[in-house]
Amino acid sequence: MDALPDHMRPERSFQGFILALQRFWAEQGCVILQPYDMEMGAGTFHPATTLRALGPKPWNAAYVQPSRRPKDGRYGENPNRLQHYYQFQVIMKPSPPNLQELYLKSLAAIGIDSAIHDIRFVEDDWESPTLGAWGLGWECWCDGMEVSQFTYFQQVAGVECAPVAGELTYGLERLAMYVQGVDRVYDLNFNGREGAEKVTYGDVFLQAEQEYSRHNFEYADTAMLFEQFRMAEEACRKYLAAGWRDGGNQKEHLMALPAYDQCIKASHVFNLLDARGVISVTERQSYIARVRDLAKACGEAWIHTETGRAA
Amino acid sequence: MPDLLLELFSEEIPARMQAKAADDLRRMVTDRLVAEGLVYEGAKAFATPRRLALTVHGIPARQPDLKTERRGPKIGAPDAAVQGFLKATGLKSLDEAIIQKDPKGDFYVALIEKAGRDAIDVIAEMLPVIIRTFPWPKSMRWGARSAKSGSLSWVRPLHAITATFGLETEEPDVVKFSIDGIEAGQTTYGHRFMAPGPISVRRLEDYEAKLKAAKVILDPQARKDIILADAKELAFAQGLELVEDQVLLDEVSGLVEWPVVMMGSFEREFLAIPDEVIRATIRNNQKCFVVKDPKTGKLTNKFVLTANIEAPDDGKTIVAGNERVIRPRLSDAKFFYETDLKIKLEDRLPKFEQIVFHEKLGTQAERIKRIERLAAEIAPLVGADVEKTKRAARLAKADLLTEVVGEFPELQGLMGKYYALAQGEDASVAAASEEHWKPQGPTDRVPTDPVSVAVALADKLDTLAGFWAIDEKPTGSKDPYALRRASLGMIRLIVENALRLPILKAAKSALSGLSVKADVEALPNDLLAFFADRLKVQLREQGARHDLVDAVFSLGGQDDLLLVVRRVEALGKFLDSDDGKNLLAGTKRASNILAIEEKKDKRSFDGAPDAALYKLDEEKMLAAAIDQVKREASIAVAKEDFAAAMSAMAKLRPAVDAFFDKVKVNDDDPKVRENRLKLLNEIRAATRAVADFSRIEG
Repeated sequence: MDALPDHMRPERSFQGFILALQRFWAEQGCVILQPYDMEMGAGTFHPATTLRALGPKPWNAAYVQPSRRPKDGRYGENPNRLQHYYQFQVIMKPSPPNLQELYLKSLAAIGIDSAIHDIRFVEDDWESPTLGAWGLGWECWCDGMEVSQFTYFQQVAGVECAPVAGELTYGLERLAMYVQGVDRVYDLNFNGREGAEKVTYGDVFLQAEQEYSRHNFEYADTAMLFEQFRMAEEACRKYLAAGWRDGGNQKEHLMALPAYDQCIKASHVFNLLDARGVISVTERQSYIARVRDLAKACGEAWIHTETGRAA
Repeated sequence: MPDLLLELFSEEIPARMQAKAADDLRRMVTDRLVAEGLVYEGAKAFATPRRLALTVHGIPARQPDLKTERRGPKIGAPDAAVQGFLKATGLKSLDEAIIQKDPKGDFYVALIEKAGRDAIDVIAEMLPVIIRTFPWPKSMRWGARSAKSGSLSWVRPLHAITATFGLETEEPDVVKFSIDGIEAGQTTYGHRFMAPGPISVRRLEDYEAKLKAAKVILDPQARKDIILADAKELAFAQGLELVEDQVLLDEVSGLVEWPVVMMGSFEREFLAIPDEVIRATIRNNQKCFVVKDPKTGKLTNKFVLTANIEAPDDGKTIVAGNERVIRPRLSDAKFFYETDLKIKLEDRLPKFEQIVFHEKLGTQAERIKRIERLAAEIAPLVGADVEKTKRAARLAKADLLTEVVGEFPELQGLMGKYYALAQGEDASVAAASEEHWKPQGPTDRVPTDPVSVAVALADKLDTLAGFWAIDEKPTGSKDPYALRRASLGMIRLIVENALRLPILKAAKSALSGLSVKADVEALPNDLLAFFADRLKVQLREQGARHDLVDAVFSLGGQDDLLLVVRRVEALGKFLDSDDGKNLLAGTKRASNILAIEEKKDKRSFDGAPDAALYKLDEEKMLAAAIDQVKREASIAVAKEDFAAAMSAMAKLRPAVDAFFDKVKVNDDDPKVRENRLKLLNEIRAATRAVADFSRIEG
């Protein structure tokens, strides 16, 4: 850390902050992945978490995932609400016995010293009705602010986790704001430079927030989205059906990943429709159930793939 | 005698589960000890966020020896039976058995002596079972072992177990067992941040002291005391007063092992938000206490937080951090509140058309219309202005759609009142938003403003009628729609405000207003019976006699709850008097005789007695008394003067007593007998002016 130039220090730059986390988790043996190339509501949807959490094979990974929450758009006017933000996701399977200690060390690596900050693990049972997943864990608080989610997955895509994976999710903007001491997300120093060289989070994302808020709430083409939902659902089922093979003494699946992409797609399209306010309260439940059915079918397929099964 | 110390050291246990878990641990271990013949002297359990601990003191070092007899086969029984007996009892041959004499044939008996085991071995066997079957509301698996089925489940990952057993004066032994790879020992750990190292412990005394030195306060009550005392002190030092909050205190004490109480502040501009909203924001989201000015009773711009560490900068960073978190929270709350104020309550109503109240009972909009109609019907009966009542009913639920209530559901009603006042509604109309939800429970205040009362009654009546119509009545302990609370609420509204509301008629009106088809003949009576049950429960809880409720309801047609209660009260007082007791005894005697003779003759003795058949003065006197009492009682009842009706009843007593004293009912002349039985029947009939005496116990 001593060799780190100032502009790369986690408390000075958003990118330095991300790099510090990546470096820390790389040191713990995680593969550092790049974001999944699809729109999704949270890092948990990345197949590196959802699917890799299933099955007996060990898996340690960390990555940044851009997360889209169409409903959270505020036209760039809210100091900390965004329809697009970054999550930093860590998954370790099986969950190591010292996962809490590792988490605290990762906070130290980004400049949060637990000797002067009040770090707390506050009950938070995590459940994702769209993924057919649940787990137990905490919200991690730093001086009264929720900075991460810590979950021991018990079930994902309707499948019991054996062994259990530990999942950490850091809300990057919020944490970086805290570490940089700014109250407005758009004021975050992105590149750690000063003066004319300085690039802020607002320089990078403010216009996008304004444009996408307009899109999400006012103009997103709902007829197209309804059609896309239907198509993604259909395609998912088609790929799942086509992927099953009789592989000697056990069933095999050869197309779980492409099928799951369509599940991710359906989920995001649903979120857009929801933001446009065209889904009624009762319909909402049925859409969620339809996505969950896809997720469960994909999970079932995954545990019959080379990576997802026991041997 | 030796003591047991047990600690289960884990990752952070949810605050809300700690107290019950400590209690369950104590109960499960001590129950098992007693079942094993190990009667202990005392036990105490503790919980912190990271540990459940238990000490049981005064456990005998050994179980008592047990002698049991086991009956075997008869002398000369087939060999198979004998061999079976020997095998089951562990005897080598029949020589080791004794013979017991019996007239039906002598038989073998094995005397089995089971030597008591060392308590420590018994405990080592019971603890793994208790840990594996511990009743956490939700538990989980973790780590590499969770790959296999049957791995340990705990509330969060369990890391270490301390279990020692021994005398105060000696080095205790470790209770040896292991569970899912965790060996019980005598090593625990201190505070996560301030003293994370291992600590070797022996027994409760050094355990508690060493933990304290390692910045862990074991006893939850001690942590609560510290938090409360320090919080009060901090507020007092500034001339302010802590807003005490027991639920929050319980929770906060379960979030820290080493409470450090500090005060922070927020911008004064946020005090423009209603106090309740500030408090809900700070309490729900940040688990902090709020502080008020004792002179005005209003909140000030301070809050009290409880940290888990003593920081080298005296907590400056922590306070500053919490202030930074609370600011945007309050800023959101202020934004919500101000946004809410921009939309008039009535303009929110169309949205209710999209919100389903219950799939069989239609939308919230339909429900609000029904409540409005019912409230308007009830208004004249409770002295409320009809137009105001209708307006109040229309607006009462509108705040459910506001941002603040969306964020803090516990502020429903209250926010409606604030918003109604802000848009210039009449004070009664505004108050009804908050008050119509009341009373929420047996100790909650009952509204008195007639407009609130009318809307509150209509709201509850619509709920009851609706769920009755779709046959979703409470059963046993299941009452998902809180219908018992709704009916008890109606009872209290009626009785405490002395209202006259005929339930049958009101229920019929409510039922006929529903969109589902309801049996408007049978259901009102069924609902009335439900009210009768709730009234009985309520009276019993107040220490009144619930059998009197039956005695009044069984008169039939009693759907005026206020009159029922008044009647029950008057009846209770009357039955406490000598006149009442004796009249009850006389009436019961008459009823018993009638019951026997009716059975014997297979007929009833209804109809007026024939005055010509009276032979004795006592008969004539009783007949006259009955006539007089009937007349007086019915006049009194018509005037709803139940005390007077009871006094009238009292006049019956001497005549009844004299009659039973002098008159033989079963006269030899069948005509006279029949006439006397008819006269007895008249006693029963006369008392029915006030109650069905046969339903009264005693």
